[in-house]
Amino acid sequence: MWDWSFTIAILPELLKALKITLSATVVAYFLACVLGLLIAMVKRTTWKLVVYAVSGVVEFIRSTPILAQLYFVFYVFPKFGLTLTPFVAGVLTIGVHYSTYLSEVYRAGIDAVPVGQWEAASVLNFSRARIWLTIIIPQAIPPIVPVLGNYLIALLKETPLLSAITLVEVLETAKIIGDNSFRYLEPITLVGLIFLVLSYLLSLLVQQIHAKLS
Amino acid sequence: MEKQNDAVKGRPIVRYHKIAKVFGDQQVLTDIDLDIFPGEKVALIGPSGSGKTTLGRLLVTLERPTSGTIEVNGELLWHKSVNGQLLPADEKHLRRVRGQIGLVFQQFNLFPHMSILQNVMEAPVHVLGMSKGEAKEQATAMLNKVGLGHKLESYPRQLSGGQQQRVAIARALVMRPKVMVFDEVTSALDPEMVGEVLAVLKEIAAEGNMTMLLITHEMAFAREVADRVIFMDGKIVEQGSPNDIFVNPQNPRTNAFLSRFRQA
Amino acid sequence: MQPPFDILPALLRGVWVTLELTFAAACLAFVISFVVGFGRMSKHLPLKILAAAYTEFFRGTSLLVQLFWVYFVLPLLHVNLTALQSGILILGLHFGAYGSEVVRSAMMAIAVGQTEAGIVLNMKRSQIRWRIILPQAFMIMIPTFGNNLIELLKATALVSLITLKDLMFQGTMIQNTTMRTTETFGLVLMIYFCLAYPLTLGVRWIERRITVGRA
Repeated sequence: MWDWSFTIAILPELLKALKITLSATVVAYFLACVLGLLIAMVKRTTWKLVVYAVSGVVEFIRSTPILAQLYFVFYVFPKFGLTLTPFVAGVLTIGVHYSTYLSEVYRAGIDAVPVGQWEAASVLNFSRARIWLTIIIPQAIPPIVPVLGNYLIALLKETPLLSAITLVEVLETAKIIGDNSFRYLEPITLVGLIFLVLSYLLSLLVQQIHAKLS
Repeated sequence: MEKQNDAVKGRPIVRYHKIAKVFGDQQVLTDIDLDIFPGEKVALIGPSGSGKTTLGRLLVTLERPTSGTIEVNGELLWHKSVNGQLLPADEKHLRRVRGQIGLVFQQFNLFPHMSILQNVMEAPVHVLGMSKGEAKEQATAMLNKVGLGHKLESYPRQLSGGQQQRVAIARALVMRPKVMVFDEVTSALDPEMVGEVLAVLKEIAAEGNMTMLLITHEMAFAREVADRVIFMDGKIVEQGSPNDIFVNPQNPRTNAFLSRFRQA
Repeated sequence: MQPPFDILPALLRGVWVTLELTFAAACLAFVISFVVGFGRMSKHLPLKILAAAYTEFFRGTSLLVQLFWVYFVLPLLHVNLTALQSGILILGLHFGAYGSEVVRSAMMAIAVGQTEAGIVLNMKRSQIRWRIILPQAFMIMIPTFGNNLIELLKATALVSLITLKDLMFQGTMIQNTTMRTTETFGLVLMIYFCLAYPLTLGVRWIERRITVGRA
């Protein structure tokens, strides 16, 4: 049933495609982390209208499937003059989608910083930006690192979706190999195993970082 | 009011024999030999960490002794004797022997998802196999006894600490145990609620036939209710009648411990 | 109907499949959550390892990879499932793995004192689990189960990639034939929102009720 020589033959091709998967993961996650923090910060401001607008968009993004969003970004944006490559459309969509999850994680982290810290910083007459950067964020992030890490692992496993907008990442490569050779067992099983190993390695990494921070 | 040990006679209903208990690298109990007789009221006093709670928990199988044996009513609790050899008892055996013991926790541990009546009816129906009607009758009678007959349909969170603890006492008593362990039942209560719970305990003690193991920090209460007082600190340091222990302690450690309460 | 709403009937046929799939997969996931969650708390070591391996496997490999595996590989092993069966099976197994963690952590979150109270009342282990711990743990599970249901609903869109004619599939079909990209994908997004957002509001309402009940 299982053909080992075929397995070994296709492995380099899959690993090459894995680079696309990993770079999409890293870029999308970076975007999610930055944007998520910005959303969390904006939601704490007193600009009512902006807060409502941002909250509304966040609710909408969280309530619709990434796949439907991917199609929208990749096929509809060009109608309005914004043509994106599959990679850019992919990392943008996944990054923005996950930023809405991460904003909730940041919120919990920020809420956990004692009110006294804000008060102490205000008494010292720090600027708003300085309070955020030097007092609040450094205290809010370390406790939420494990949760942030779990979202990295979750995000990694979303990237096969990008095959739907023609990005040739690892799953799409496996499918192409299967279409050409009529052997789907090895390539798709291998992709599953690759994700299993990557998830495991990432979870070890997250644990290590968490142990170092605490 | 002083009671004498004249109630104490016959075969012990609880017998600790050479009991030791180790948690990790900490020896909590060492070489405990203790007989408790039917109807006897025994107060266990001692500093925190002295192992008195552990001694009570061993009797309801919440802790397993590291070595030694416990007998309840002449029967080994943790072991089965097979051809003269002591083997660890199975769950069935534990449940049968444990059924004679009741315990009330410091933290009440009522079931928050059940009404007061359901809390007290739960075990009679599902452990003793009583009919719902009979269980309700008995549970209601027991709740009346602890002065909570008007709260049957309330939930634990709607009750004060003192009321919750009285429910917990009713829940244990309705199982008709031969021996009751009261594990610091007033320690988690606000001071103004201690009295109502102690009053219930005194009432049970006054009925006479219940064997009671009272783990307590309430010295005045121990003195009033107990037939025998045991001062322990990892092992039994000194025991005797309330008069012996509270008025005339022989061991300097007992004296040092009690002096803190005398000043208070 | 006037454009863009003339494409609604076709999309709504897809909505029906999406809902059918969500409901069936949620039922399967619910059962698996408890079976595997209890397996992970079992005293029986092989059972415990098996349950943990199940959870790690389905959480560690990507959902789309799992769907492709069932769709492309199983027929080679002479197991022929319809697209709907494959979708229900994989979504159920996948979300069951996440649900088992919810069950386990909720059961473990119930204070030790509750188990001890059951032991002291001489209840059986199974009685303590079913009558004391589970009813309390279930209240903790409900909001998380609700959130997982929303994720499941969103995840059903993936089955369009294995040719199951759900809402997403109908959207791509209409787009292919009419080239009315903006309207089609815009409507698809809005319909998903209309399906998922009431669930979000429901979960929040339940969450508030439960918090009030505890206070």
